[in-house]
Amino acid sequence: MSQSLVSMAYVGAAILFILSLSGLSNQETARRGNYFGMAGMTIAILATIFSASVTAYAILITTLLIGGVIGAKAAAKVEMTQMPELVAIMHSLVGLAAVLVGYANFMDSSSPLEGIEKSIHEVEIYVGILIGAITFSGSVIAFGKLSGRIDGKPYLMPGRHWLNLSLLVFVILLGNVFLSQAESGGGTFPLLLMTLIALAFGVHMVMAIGGADMPVVVSMLNSYSGWAAAATGFMLSNDLLIVTGALVGSSGAILSYIMCRAMNRNFISVIAGGFGTSSGGESAAIEGEVTPISADETAQLLLAAKNIMIVPGYGMAVAQAQHTVFEITKFLRNQGKTVRFGIHPVAGRMPGHMNVLLAEAKVPYDIVFEMEEVNEDFGHVDVSIVIGANDIVNPSALTDPNSPIAGMPVLEVWKSHTTIAMKRSMASGYAGVGNPLFVMENTRMLFGDANETLQAVLKSLNA
Amino acid sequence: MKIGVPKEVHEGEKRVATTPEVAELLIKLGFSVAIESGAGSAADIPDEAYKKVGAEVINNTRALWKNADIIVKIRAPELHPEINKDETDLLKKGGHLISFIWPAQNEALLQKLAKKNATVFAMDSIPRISRAQKMDALSSMANIAGYRAVVEAAQHFGRFFTGQITAAGKIPPAKVLVIGAGVAGLAAIGAAKSLGAIVRAFDTRPEVKEQIESMDAEFLMLDFKEDGSGTGGYAKTMSKEFIEAEMALFAQQAKEVDIIITTALIPGKPAPVLITEAMVASMKPGSVIVDLATEQGGNCEVSIKDQVISKHGVTVIGYSNLPSRLANQASQLYATNIRHLLTDLCPEKNGELNVNMEDEVIRGATVIKAGKITWPPPPPTLSVAPAAKPAASVPVKVEQPKTSIIPAPVKQYAPMILGALLLYQLGSVAPASFMSHFTVFVLSCFIGYQVIWNVSPSLHTPLMSVTNAISGIIVLGALIQVSAPGFLITLLAGLAVLVASINIAGGFLVTRRMLEMFRK
Repeated sequence: MSQSLVSMAYVGAAILFILSLSGLSNQETARRGNYFGMAGMTIAILATIFSASVTAYAILITTLLIGGVIGAKAAAKVEMTQMPELVAIMHSLVGLAAVLVGYANFMDSSSPLEGIEKSIHEVEIYVGILIGAITFSGSVIAFGKLSGRIDGKPYLMPGRHWLNLSLLVFVILLGNVFLSQAESGGGTFPLLLMTLIALAFGVHMVMAIGGADMPVVVSMLNSYSGWAAAATGFMLSNDLLIVTGALVGSSGAILSYIMCRAMNRNFISVIAGGFGTSSGGESAAIEGEVTPISADETAQLLLAAKNIMIVPGYGMAVAQAQHTVFEITKFLRNQGKTVRFGIHPVAGRMPGHMNVLLAEAKVPYDIVFEMEEVNEDFGHVDVSIVIGANDIVNPSALTDPNSPIAGMPVLEVWKSHTTIAMKRSMASGYAGVGNPLFVMENTRMLFGDANETLQAVLKSLNA
Repeated sequence: MKIGVPKEVHEGEKRVATTPEVAELLIKLGFSVAIESGAGSAADIPDEAYKKVGAEVINNTRALWKNADIIVKIRAPELHPEINKDETDLLKKGGHLISFIWPAQNEALLQKLAKKNATVFAMDSIPRISRAQKMDALSSMANIAGYRAVVEAAQHFGRFFTGQITAAGKIPPAKVLVIGAGVAGLAAIGAAKSLGAIVRAFDTRPEVKEQIESMDAEFLMLDFKEDGSGTGGYAKTMSKEFIEAEMALFAQQAKEVDIIITTALIPGKPAPVLITEAMVASMKPGSVIVDLATEQGGNCEVSIKDQVISKHGVTVIGYSNLPSRLANQASQLYATNIRHLLTDLCPEKNGELNVNMEDEVIRGATVIKAGKITWPPPPPTLSVAPAAKPAASVPVKVEQPKTSIIPAPVKQYAPMILGALLLYQLGSVAPASFMSHFTVFVLSCFIGYQVIWNVSPSLHTPLMSVTNAISGIIVLGALIQVSAPGFLITLLAGLAVLVASINIAGGFLVTRRMLEMFRK
């Protein structure tokens, strides 16, 4: 294939990728969007394989096939509750690939570049590997935290901001050393050292972030993986890589921004880590008694209600309760009741996590609503059920200026006639914040594993 | 301890301080209850009903007062007309008294009670906080008064309240103006509304607008900014200008409406005169004014306490004992208020009083403790008025605004200037080939920005997995590298292909799996 044809194929692929992302604007076009993405990728890979510069078909096809099979298997096997882990580990793969490609490119001395172009190329390699390495190690840690292999609590080193800053300065200095050595064909050592520092930096950065901030981290790493691809594109003078990387990078950046806004937190402060350690005034202590309720009574309440709102949180994912939730929903809807779901943007461990879980359980998406869509309606809701959520329904975010989550928009379930809060036990949420919702007069606590208790509720509903 | 309930001696007073239901509950609290014979008869409660629940019925007034440790009454002690002795003198030395006292107006009574070494709880001094609502006799009585005021007005009004179109002609609905939307005012609004009248209401406290509107009445706005909310949910005296504006409004309304019910009271002060004789004269003949404030002098210039008069063709009702005119209901509510107070005073449920002055409610109600006058109490810390900024009651540490050394305009434009400088630097050194890539990069970022904002939030997870797959495009770099000479390069690039293709296949397929699940 001629170089122009390859370029044209790349243009086609780039357009298909853009169409793919814009297809995700609603559920009807989303599937088509995904197929556009697949088509774009196929075109891009085929064009590259058939381009003049590629000859090592044997290795190429073997590796593509092996990788494809592994990916397909993982995609088929993964539980929907594990989606955040899968996404995190896939980010790490992009980072790893960027590092590998960067090194391969660095060792490939056949490039004909001279002077300033060569320097720029070397900077591109350096930056590409840097971003790739941070993405890789950060994503691995994020994967560990999400899958429970690493403790979700923020792990804070003393003076971590200074440590981060000095690492950054050191990396820049090292870059200078690398450039001057690369002039004369060397530079492997500074490059390796920088990679190690970048890896350590990625680990340190994600370790310091608490579990509740994971949606931000996952989307941020998503963004990084895009920038890594874009940097690789610069390195290889490949416009398709640049376009795609930029698309993915801005996508992740926007997601991070949306998540931060949903928590009313500054992006920098999330990345700097250490949620809930900020020294504000004493937040008001929560006083009062909780009113427990049994599964039978819950069923009675639901049968008496007309308008029901379900607010799922991470607890529903942990307990794998989404199918039971759907059974209950189906029952109640058959009784002619209005059942809706209210989803907080940061419910769960990644953006849109709850929607995917509910979709998996076959909950129709037209009864699943965003926070802004339903928050006004809570006054008309007879019973709202909070399943394993805490911070996202915490009224002190609005009332207590000293609360660590002050100012975060929350689902105002307490405005409904009765609130049933399902919880394992009386412990504070991920943010370590007490929740006055649980001691409010119109709140009933339903203790126990979400799935088991919901099964019991379903049983007494059917009885 | 023994609770004594004497028969009320005030003229026209038909209420009784305790009903049989409440007496039974008081006995359960550990008290013994004695009631003067005939105390409940005016409220349609026979002596037998009290006997049935285990209360003692005593014929002799003196004996009742002498034996009781706690006297529970409605009206403040006064001269007993039958035995010609002041009730204060009948009270046992060191005894307890629970009743309305009005300590601000009855200084002499306080002194007299103090001399008896008594402990006195004034039902009118219970602070108006949410916790004390269950014992707030002022509210429960005001509620009855408001309701009864409408009934009295209907009695003297020659027309329907509700509007009707009948074969015999059209009946216009009555127009009712309620001045003062406290408990009595709101009750009057509710009663008048349910009879079908058009109801308007006025109050100096803007926060009650919502309450008035929630009762489906019209809130008369005064084009004047002044907040009439005093402490404890009551109103305060307004400025001269405000009163003038207010009077002008009333004068205009008087010509329009058929019935005026006034409930304006300012604690510890004579009631403000709001309806002048001229306004009365301007009303349509047959109109009715019910003045609920005659006890404190009256809101209407011509009203006379406890009398119904007719002036300029307008009936002016000045009953001060409206609750007593619904004696049975009023007795029930008052007795329940008393029971709640006694329950708080007797936490051990052993029939002994524990006057805990640390408790805000008890502290407020206690006007004399063991002969020592403790009135007035320290001001309440919370206003029940819903609009009275709750933040003010919670001590909030005022955070000092962070003083930045960088002035705001610099802060705003600095990143832009910095960015421009960087771009300039880059442009001055970078070769043309880099610049074309850079253009592509920047434009792509903007396309991404536009496209991603349109993504539905419920599809954020599929978005992440699909971008994940797409970022596997990095495989292209590896594909090209794989064919470069050198084993190490081939190995690295091969690994990269492997890794990236996991990403591509995994990402697209898991997205497909997810999207298949989204269904209507």
